[in-house]
Amino acid sequence: MKLIRQITIILLFIFLGEIFNKLVGIPIPGNILGMILLLLCLLMGFVKLQQIDEISKFLLDHMAVLFVPAGVGLISVTGLVKDTWWILLLIAISTTFLVMSVTGLVVKFTRR
Amino acid sequence: MKEITSTALFGVMISLIAYEIGLMIQRKTKKSFLNPLLLAIAIVIFVLQAGNIPLEDYNKGGQWIAFLMAPATVALAVPLYKNFELLKKHKWPIAIGIFTGCVTSVTSILLLSRAFGLDKELAMSLLPKSITIPIGIEISKQLGGMPEITVPAIVVTGITGAIIAPMICKVLNINGSVARGIAIGTSSHILGTTKAMEMGEIEGGMSGLAIGVSGFVTVVIAPVLVAISQYLFPL
Repeated sequence: MKLIRQITIILLFIFLGEIFNKLVGIPIPGNILGMILLLLCLLMGFVKLQQIDEISKFLLDHMAVLFVPAGVGLISVTGLVKDTWWILLLIAISTTFLVMSVTGLVVKFTRR
Repeated sequence: MKEITSTALFGVMISLIAYEIGLMIQRKTKKSFLNPLLLAIAIVIFVLQAGNIPLEDYNKGGQWIAFLMAPATVALAVPLYKNFELLKKHKWPIAIGIFTGCVTSVTSILLLSRAFGLDKELAMSLLPKSITIPIGIEISKQLGGMPEITVPAIVVTGITGAIIAPMICKVLNINGSVARGIAIGTSSHILGTTKAMEMGEIEGGMSGLAIGVSGFVTVVIAPVLVAISQYLFPL
């Protein structure tokens, strides 16, 4: 029962986020808005940590597996990127190195 | 056979088994480039090809797993809440770091796309590759990209981020938990965050925070930077 209640709370926040997204019309997806709303509710004490603790631990510990279907979807675009796939791959990988390095160094040096 | 492989059970089961095998190989070999997600995707693709199973059949189960991405995103509020004091204390370095990271990401993709002569549609599809899938798809559509290219680009970026994070932190001497988490989350969204969580709770929390903020920043700056680049060097 406890886990059911916890997942219900989480789903409720996605739902609220979606409503917010439609009403205000901001281009931020409902689940990110749901995250922000949940954070605000935690900070203001409307939601207690122990009311969602187990379910969020479960979801966060296994996040990578949720990307398997998105990755498998890759096979549907092989035709589209027949000639350019290596350029796309090269750009995707090299810019990840660049962005991670730049961000880390900027935070490191602005902290003092 | 078709009756079995076209059920939701099949897609869910094969995804989970493939991921377990991926984890097992990673544990046995301890090689970071043998990322469990990468292995899982490869295994599932292999099974689908070998068994001649259409992607639509796999997706009947696949969408069940993908559905959980929304609750997982909402659950990121928890590590954020736990580290809220830290966030307040370092708000400026965090804000400046994420903003610089997003500008670097969009600008470098535009420049490289231009250098390699990619057409505009492909370049726009790559632009949101450092942010989380639901926001990335929206930005891609808005800029005239193809979401079906954007999603694999986001996955590739995330896997790359998870693999290179320990190395980058070591080589560039990034020791602070806050700097590590922000760098990982800004560059490689939720997938990088799984690695950040392994490094520590502060890293995980900060990485989770960076996903939301960098998504928001990219929504705002991407159209502006694209407009500037069109003026300077039309794609």
